Amino acid sequence: MATLVERILSRRMGGPVKAGDIIITELDSYMSHDNTTPLAIKAWRAIGKPIKHKERIVIHFDHAYPAPNVAAAINQKQSREFIKAEGIDNFFQRGICHQVMIEEGFVAPGRVIIGADSHTNTYGAFACFAAGFGSTEIAVAWVSGRVWLRVPETIRIELEGRLAPGVYAKDVMLETARQLGMDGATYAAIEYGGPFIEALPMADRIVFANMSTELGAKCGLIASDRTTFEFLETETTAKGPFETFAPDADARYMKRIHVDVSELGPLVACPPRVDDVVPIGKLEGTPIDEVFIGTCTNGRYEDLELAASLLKGKQVARYTRTIVTPASQRIHDRLEAAGVLRTFHDAGCVVTSTGCGACIGRHGGVLAPGERAFTTMNRNFVGRMGSAEAEIYLGSPASAAATALAGCISDPRKILGA
Amino acid sequence: MMRAWKFGDNVNTDEIIPGRYNITTDPTELAEHVFCEVRPDYAPGVAQGDVVVGGKNFGCGSSREHAPIAIKGSGAACVVAQSYARIFFRNGINIGLPILTCPDASEIAESDELEVDLVSGVITNRTKGTVHQAQPLPEFVLKIVAAGGIVPYLTNHDIEELE
Repeated sequence: MATLVERILSRRMGGPVKAGDIIITELDSYMSHDNTTPLAIKAWRAIGKPIKHKERIVIHFDHAYPAPNVAAAINQKQSREFIKAEGIDNFFQRGICHQVMIEEGFVAPGRVIIGADSHTNTYGAFACFAAGFGSTEIAVAWVSGRVWLRVPETIRIELEGRLAPGVYAKDVMLETARQLGMDGATYAAIEYGGPFIEALPMADRIVFANMSTELGAKCGLIASDRTTFEFLETETTAKGPFETFAPDADARYMKRIHVDVSELGPLVACPPRVDDVVPIGKLEGTPIDEVFIGTCTNGRYEDLELAASLLKGKQVARYTRTIVTPASQRIHDRLEAAGVLRTFHDAGCVVTSTGCGACIGRHGGVLAPGERAFTTMNRNFVGRMGSAEAEIYLGSPASAAATALAGCISDPRKILGA
Repeated sequence: MMRAWKFGDNVNTDEIIPGRYNITTDPTELAEHVFCEVRPDYAPGVAQGDVVVGGKNFGCGSSREHAPIAIKGSGAACVVAQSYARIFFRNGINIGLPILTCPDASEIAESDELEVDLVSGVITNRTKGTVHQAQPLPEFVLKIVAAGGIVPYLTNHDIEELE
């Protein structure tokens, strides 16, 4: 009667564990990035113990890379010196950490990963236990290879039905956020399942795992199946054989939610709450200064290809700057080869180098006071993208593209003819 | 005597310390900007030993440890809230900022004079003449708190000793 998270952690511990148990578990990888590594180094020096298993350390530069100012440059210089001195092989500067973790084969079913980034949950789409932690805990992992965890209770989200045209995984996730609320899953695991999820490709499954953080969840998990294995084999360097992890039919859940996705239209989260979700029609015509398409939520090949399909042969509104940031260099290259980047350029968008970009308000699309952005990001907090007097709306890549064309919030179904 | 600085529900890490200030890890420097957008009066006005009082889901959002470090660096003795986002809760404990969960936190008002016993979790509101009990921390968490954070704990112990 185990939930998915209990299955994964029981396998790791070599015996059954259940919600509420405190465990100290061995880890497969510990991830940090340019923003969180400096504090981990500081904590590691303070602990004063040698690094164990340095092959498990993975460090990415993605949050403000290449450095947009001197302070960030100093931070990165210090981290780079540490990486060199300690001989850390897993050092990447080629995309958003979570996307690169997947591409570079660190993510697979049953693995247990911690990351000094709140969206580490992303790997849960592969039935991988993955959760965000602070930098100090990364330093603890460097010296011990382990972390303490409370095995979480689970909320089961059962999704069924078929999406109407113009509606995407992001819209479904926003509906989930609306129903659960931004603290609706605090300390809990969320398990996404049902026929809708089973039929979903990995790029879309990732949206759910990624945004579980926004509801306060420790992790967001999806059972591993053929789709998972095929993706890992073809799109990543992960080495199989890969294992199926699924919850038992009689698993105990703290809560169950059931959503028929067929009934949904395009949705938008209004500033400054991810759970303040309304049908896009209610906001139709709201002027937008910046459209941002990218991030660990929706910066994948499929997302950008979808946005480009709406923009093809058209021009974005003159006073709505439209920024496109591929989630990794690999995605950038694939988009380039397929002519998608050219479509963005022809439509009047700015395609930036890969990374977190505008999502953290430090470079590549910072907002001025009084400006409004429509983005494919996962959170819309006050001040997230720059000025605290700016506003951030969240929606699907298709809604973002339709909005870019209109210069104001606009229903993508009008362009898709749906 | 500690003075309460009252915040609402869902105070997020961008509100505690906006991302643009995370280029430093220095507690004093971070403290200069703590809550700068939601409570610009906090950083210049907070006194050593004051208490940050939150509502539900305090510290939601990013995993940035800069958030509890900035609060600790400001001189606040502890945070008292109805509930916390999980990463903030762990980060607070790990960096040695006492984090108290108290369902009655909503009854504490701005500028109330408080006395907080971190060990027993008893919160005495001198202004209102009321007493509240915060939830006791799990035993292994108390070991980390007693050491002043996970870093000082690990300099003298191994992680297995937490079990």
